[in-house]
Amino acid sequence: MRNPQSVSVTETGIARRGFMLLGVQLVAAAVLGFRMRQLQVEQSAQYRLLAEENRINMRLLAPARGLIFDRKGVPIAENQQNYRVNIVREQTDDPEESLKRLARLIAVSPQQIGKTLEEMANRSAFVPVTVAENLSWEDYALVSLNMPALPGIVTDVGLSRYYPQGENFAHIVGYVGPVSEQDLESVRDPDPVLQIPKFQIGKNGIERIQEDKLRGEAGASRIEVNAAGRVMRELDRNEGIPGTDLQLTLDNAVQNYALQRMAGQSASTVIIDVSNGDIVSMASAPSFDPNAFVFGISVPAWNALLNNDHTPLAHKSVSGTYPPGSTYKMMVALAALENNIITAEDTVYCPGYYTLGNRRFHCWSRNGHGTVNLHQALKFSCDVFFYDVAKRTGVDAITAMARRFGFGTKLDLPVPAVAEGLAPTTEWKKRVYEESWQQGDSLNVGIGQGFVLATPLQLALMTARISTGTAVEPRLIRTIDNVPVALTPAASIGLTPAHLAAVQRGMFAVSNEERGTAYRMRIAAPGFEMAGKTGTSQVRTITAEERARGVTRNEDLPWNRRDHGLFVCYAPYDAPKYAVSTIVEHGGGGSTAAAPIARDILLFALYGGLPPLSAYPAEQREGIRLLREADPNLGAGPNQTRDRA
Amino acid sequence: MRFLDAQGQRTPTGLAKVLYLNWPLVLLLASVSSMGFLMLYSVAGGSLDPWARPQMIRFAVGLLVMFVVGLTPLMIWRGVTPLAYLGSLALLVYVELFGRIGMGAQRWIDLGFIQLQPSEMMKIALVMLLALYYDWLAPERVSRPLWVIAPLVIILTPTFLVLTQPDLGTAIMLVAGGGAVMFLAGVSLWYFAAAIGSLAGLVAMVLQSRGTNWQLLRDYQFRRIDTFLDPSTDPLGSGYHITQSKIALGSGGLTGRGFMEGTQARLNFLPEKHTDFIFTTLAEEFGFFGGAGLLALYALIILFCAASAIRNRNRFGALLTGGIAATFFLFFAFNMAMVMGLAPVVGVPLPLVSYGGSAMLVLMGAFGLIQSAHVHRPR
Repeated sequence: MRNPQSVSVTETGIARRGFMLLGVQLVAAAVLGFRMRQLQVEQSAQYRLLAEENRINMRLLAPARGLIFDRKGVPIAENQQNYRVNIVREQTDDPEESLKRLARLIAVSPQQIGKTLEEMANRSAFVPVTVAENLSWEDYALVSLNMPALPGIVTDVGLSRYYPQGENFAHIVGYVGPVSEQDLESVRDPDPVLQIPKFQIGKNGIERIQEDKLRGEAGASRIEVNAAGRVMRELDRNEGIPGTDLQLTLDNAVQNYALQRMAGQSASTVIIDVSNGDIVSMASAPSFDPNAFVFGISVPAWNALLNNDHTPLAHKSVSGTYPPGSTYKMMVALAALENNIITAEDTVYCPGYYTLGNRRFHCWSRNGHGTVNLHQALKFSCDVFFYDVAKRTGVDAITAMARRFGFGTKLDLPVPAVAEGLAPTTEWKKRVYEESWQQGDSLNVGIGQGFVLATPLQLALMTARISTGTAVEPRLIRTIDNVPVALTPAASIGLTPAHLAAVQRGMFAVSNEERGTAYRMRIAAPGFEMAGKTGTSQVRTITAEERARGVTRNEDLPWNRRDHGLFVCYAPYDAPKYAVSTIVEHGGGGSTAAAPIARDILLFALYGGLPPLSAYPAEQREGIRLLREADPNLGAGPNQTRDRA
Repeated sequence: MRFLDAQGQRTPTGLAKVLYLNWPLVLLLASVSSMGFLMLYSVAGGSLDPWARPQMIRFAVGLLVMFVVGLTPLMIWRGVTPLAYLGSLALLVYVELFGRIGMGAQRWIDLGFIQLQPSEMMKIALVMLLALYYDWLAPERVSRPLWVIAPLVIILTPTFLVLTQPDLGTAIMLVAGGGAVMFLAGVSLWYFAAAIGSLAGLVAMVLQSRGTNWQLLRDYQFRRIDTFLDPSTDPLGSGYHITQSKIALGSGGLTGRGFMEGTQARLNFLPEKHTDFIFTTLAEEFGFFGGAGLLALYALIILFCAASAIRNRNRFGALLTGGIAATFFLFFAFNMAMVMGLAPVVGVPLPLVSYGGSAMLVLMGAFGLIQSAHVHRPR
């Protein structure tokens, strides 16, 4: 403090250093400016991109899945509000307490709570974690009402598949389920929509085969997120395209009746509209509830389905292959007629058996049918006649004819696992068995046994083609998004009309002339007369020994050793409308097991509901009336007591 | 500076002094602070609260403080200088012992209405005491080794205290600010060469100390240095600040994304967006023009202070003005270098712009001293 008023210092004393310091500072400021320019001008584009990546997230919006209706517009598969309860961790101090309280309100298992807590720990605090879904409206309302007491619990509504007709269409329509790892691996370029949590895709049936149509296109919401990933606002939104609606050719009422009529059996019935090939009903019994699969089926329920010997999961109508038995005889007859092996008047003597070399082939009638022509052979279902005709015609001609009616071909239907069946040829046997075709093989083919295998759908299609003489094609989808699927009129199948008529008359005789194998199962309503053909296919070999002491009756055999009963028919005879095939696995004879079911379902379809009692033969009306009283839904005709093949 | 010459040749007295204040400087300070209000308003999502309004009030108070200090004769400030230094030193010791714990460092004294940061005061008190010392010391002695020891003690005592807090940024500022006064006072350049040399040695030693039991910096400080050297090594950890800050700056481009349109700040990608990293928001929303504009304003402030210092024939006033200007320069240069990835993240706020009461008031007080030196300079 020597000189408080120091004014002695010259200006230059500090000025030189002052300028130097200022220079250094300005240079430093210039360096900063250059750096700023480098970042903001030269590398700007790169950093702008990084900033956008930082802030914008795409969130996929699940499209509404296409609906499925029956031919009359009854919903088969629809999207239902799925009431869910979620929890958001950051909205509560004590998520466990909130979950505990929730469990007191609605049924939430401790496992579910454990899973929720685990998922919550792995997710960001603001992400909702689903605690329970598919709640009833009551539960949903209960939770919503009590939300003030449930911090962190939020409710929301999503879309989920629902099948209002229950098990009616389980095999055909299939079901959806959450996307699995395998689903993602099986597609090469997975649709990003599959990544949406809990997104449902078709797992079976039309739902799976028509997945591309039904799924629609995902919408997207471009959202801005902050550093923590929280959604700040939606930048834009594209709702996506909902899936295509499908209307099927199936009739829910007929389908429902068919399943009820077959209740307790392992059976299948297919009804085709002969005019256009529309499959009006295609039922496989027993069925299952597809809704059980939507949220994942429980292990016990799954095992119960798997271990049921009536195979509820099998789509028997298109995937089940059975020896067609006597229903195949029309094919043999037509092949023989068209190849001029026989005429409609030619006769064969049936002593009850046919001898080929040192082997005996038995007719189902032990005592034989005597001398029979084609008409009688079909009416009585005489095996010997067809042994003889089949041997003379040869398997290749029979199979060529059968293929024209749909056997041995994979029919084009939008459902999974459509079986081809088997229409054997000599070449086929050589290729597969490396053995030459034996005449005995031809005999077996002549009665629809041996190598021949057919699906119920093929049998129904055969019947439809016989009834109209056209190569009608089966179809399942009637309209797509309300646009009718184009129908090309079916071309003639190209058979001599007289030959076709002879076979049709034989089938008419089966269910309209006395001693016809299905005479008792005739339709009595005038103008609705039905033509049919019974079939019984063996699933076991009858030994000579057994034949000697008398063939064991079906009722005395264990269920799975009994014969399959088959029946094909169409009506009305004069102006065919529907063709039906019914197969009852291990049901016994076709006339007893299958014919009553087929007739009843056919009648139901013809009348659009339960037919008047007058449609039944007079002697059955009282019995049916009583049955209807017992179960108004069914009103089934009585089953025949004596087997006739 | 022609108009300054026209301001008369005699020292003004009374209220007339108001006319002799360095008004361009006042205008520049207000401009810079206004940019701060704008940015605080923006980072709050278009709201005066919680940052812009208190900052404006503090600036108003700061202006008042500046005028009061500026109109008070420099003689008085010269007189209280030793007291200011010793007081600040005492407060530093106090926070070292009892200070409130915040951000892992003991830096504040809570006065109720404001959190007083003694290290802020020390930055100015140190410059004052050094200016006083060199005013007292005969110019021909400044480079004598014996007379260099005293300023070194004056500088290093508070530096040591600040380092133990630990506050690397302030420590660097104290050393650099004190060094600037010594430089202005005319201390031989050889000393500076030697200091820089030994500093390099010290840095080497500090880096060497890592992982040993005599480690000279905290782990987080080492990590920040690592990150500074290569931010990409830890993009979500300690490199996050620098990476996101550079993204914000770069994405601003030439003209910026528009006021309140900066996504980096608004969506919280930027850390400490209202304090140390506020410059990134400015650069993001107003682009290169905005950033360079603020830099130009700062440069002008430095320029006006330098002009005032160089023209001041009062050695105390000149050294004080130059020292404070140098400290101010270090503030913004270090902050900008930090957000642009040119310096490690050491926690230096952007002067007058970053949200913070203590720094704002101390700075305005310091500019008051510059005003006082300007008004009361010998004519």
